[in-house]
Amino acid sequence: MTSETKVVDKPRPAVARRRPGRLLGLQPLGIVFAAPYAVFLAAVFAYPLGLAVWISFHDYFFAAPGAQVARPFVGLENYKTVLSDPAVRRSFLNVGKFLVINVPLTVVLSLVLASMLNTVLRARAFLRVSYYIPYVTASVALVAVWLFLFGMDGMVNQLLGPLAPDPSWLVNSGLAMPVVALFVTWKQLGFFILLYLAALQNVPKELYEAASVDGATSYRAFMNVTVPGVRPATVLVVILATITGANLFTEPYLLTNGGGPDGASTSPVFVMYQKGIEQGTPDVAAAIGVILVIAVLLISLINRRLLESD
Amino acid sequence: MRSKVMAATLSVLALTSMAACGGGSGSSSDAIDAKGPVKVWLSNNPEEIAWGKAMVKKWNAANPDELVTAQEIPAGTTSEEVIGAAITAGNAPCLVFNTAPAAVPQFEKQGGLVPLDSFQGGAAYVESRTGSAAEQYKSPDGQYYQIPWKSNPVMIFYNKDIMKKAGIDPENPPLATYDEFLATSSTVVESGAAKAAIWPAPTSEFFQSWFDFYPLYAAETGGTQMIEDDKATFDSDAGKQVADFWATLYSEGLAPKEAASGDAFADGDSAMSVVGPWAVAVYGDSVDWGVTPVPTSAGTSPDETYTFSDAKNIAIYSACENQGTAWDLLKFATSEEQDGKLLEMTGQMPLRENLESTYSDYFKQNPDYTLFADQASRTVEVPNVPNSIAIWQAFRDEYSSAVIFGKTPVDEALTKAADKATELAGQS
Repeated sequence: MTSETKVVDKPRPAVARRRPGRLLGLQPLGIVFAAPYAVFLAAVFAYPLGLAVWISFHDYFFAAPGAQVARPFVGLENYKTVLSDPAVRRSFLNVGKFLVINVPLTVVLSLVLASMLNTVLRARAFLRVSYYIPYVTASVALVAVWLFLFGMDGMVNQLLGPLAPDPSWLVNSGLAMPVVALFVTWKQLGFFILLYLAALQNVPKELYEAASVDGATSYRAFMNVTVPGVRPATVLVVILATITGANLFTEPYLLTNGGGPDGASTSPVFVMYQKGIEQGTPDVAAAIGVILVIAVLLISLINRRLLESD
Repeated sequence: MRSKVMAATLSVLALTSMAACGGGSGSSSDAIDAKGPVKVWLSNNPEEIAWGKAMVKKWNAANPDELVTAQEIPAGTTSEEVIGAAITAGNAPCLVFNTAPAAVPQFEKQGGLVPLDSFQGGAAYVESRTGSAAEQYKSPDGQYYQIPWKSNPVMIFYNKDIMKKAGIDPENPPLATYDEFLATSSTVVESGAAKAAIWPAPTSEFFQSWFDFYPLYAAETGGTQMIEDDKATFDSDAGKQVADFWATLYSEGLAPKEAASGDAFADGDSAMSVVGPWAVAVYGDSVDWGVTPVPTSAGTSPDETYTFSDAKNIAIYSACENQGTAWDLLKFATSEEQDGKLLEMTGQMPLRENLESTYSDYFKQNPDYTLFADQASRTVEVPNVPNSIAIWQAFRDEYSSAVIFGKTPVDEALTKAADKATELAGQS
């Protein structure tokens, strides 16, 4: 015991004291707590992402264990194949159209509805749950409802009568993707409303009172207090909506029967499924995936810069 | 931020996770002779499951040392995706009684299939059972990686009540030539007897052309496959005539461009349907139906008309440890006795030479199936070439654009699809 005390009291060289600090930080125990998630990230995200990049530079296909197959390095060949494929180019264009409709609509609707919900005193919980239900319901079930609404003999066309579009919504090249975008916006609205509701709790009440004292209308207060007050949430909503939108798959697969009509609603992820899973060319699919990741990263960075700048 | 952006890569990750499944032991040459328990997958069709279970029960009773376990193919978007994933993961069963011929080239490339020629008398067994039609199922390397098992030769079912309502002779509606078919279709729709004359799925899945273009192309050409000698054959007068026929049906509103929400034929929304013999059991009592071969431009005689086979075959998978038992079981399951039971229980046609004479009693008792049995002797299979599914998808994309939606000229679409198909067929 005495000797231990002596060791603690003994002055140590500064370098020796700092080295463990540099390596393990001020709270080395934190590494132990963070390690499981770091391992999870490495195993589930980083390794497959790295493998995807590797696959995209090789002539790769899925093979049975033990099968002798050559997977030569092909450089940018898969990227050339992807970029020269009109179906792939069209899918990126389609998802671009989708994002142009979906992201602004999501931001505006979810912010407006969240603000309204925030002021509602009666049936607040009921309304919040109502908006959230589509988000937690399986797309397959919701698609059936939308097919009932927007099908050739659907309710919408029956209501519109002679004004119904011809060809109908889901087989109309100009309308199929907007309908898909509308569906996704509606389905995910509940989640984004919750994000905004949380953000609205952090907007100081005094600002609204000050605006009221200055004679601001509700609209002015919304534009000058609420919108700037929830800007961090808006950044998050825009980035999340962009990421989820860029990964569009289920809706074109189910709602427009495989990206129809005539490829007007295909998405890059849907083409990845066709190439990688159905047609046995995961190398080409991986190249599409890598391009998609880069595109989403760039769009997200641009969005962040634009939205966070004053 | 980083973790959020990573969420965008989920699709890549899902794909690569499959790739990551590789590794482990493969099949060995000893497995060819090995005997022991085996696992098989059956289609999820209730009648086939009933047949499969009865067949396995009989086998197990006679072979207690080589017990067979049967189960339905695990749920997935398509059987081919599930089987492909199982091959990659190394846990495919010994036999799959639902192997699509179009997927065989891909499974073969994956190293997932055992050539049946590896077994003593393998090729001879396939050829003696199926006859010359077996040739269509041979792979480019000259080996059989599948045994032609059963077909569902595609024909046209029509609803007699709708025909009658439209003022058409329900016992003999004029449907043999394209002109007759189009005129009958117009009469049906204009009379209001049905919403559509015929309602094939106008969707873009690679296999949909097997139920609109391909049966008629087989009939029009007298049995030509889409690809022959590594070259697309459909950029021809026959191909154009078939495509123009369907394009007319779509452009005149006789065939809807939107997928039906249910079974349009059963619901009375469509007067006709492209079906196989399975339809006899499905529509048997609910629809007063008639059946006729697919039309041709000249109205080919029914006994000379070809069609698409819509076959499902059996293959032995390389992950199987007891391939000797798998081969014996395959022969047992495709024996004359078991083929007869399959016919009785499912109404599907075993891909066996002299089908009608072999099971003459059955066809006497079930005359509804006789036309299908006759048609089964004149069927065309999907070509057994590399990139088979990519070829069908390329064709479907061009077909959708030109024929269903009328966006591009039919000639141009066929030429484009043929060039792409030839290019893909030439790749290994």
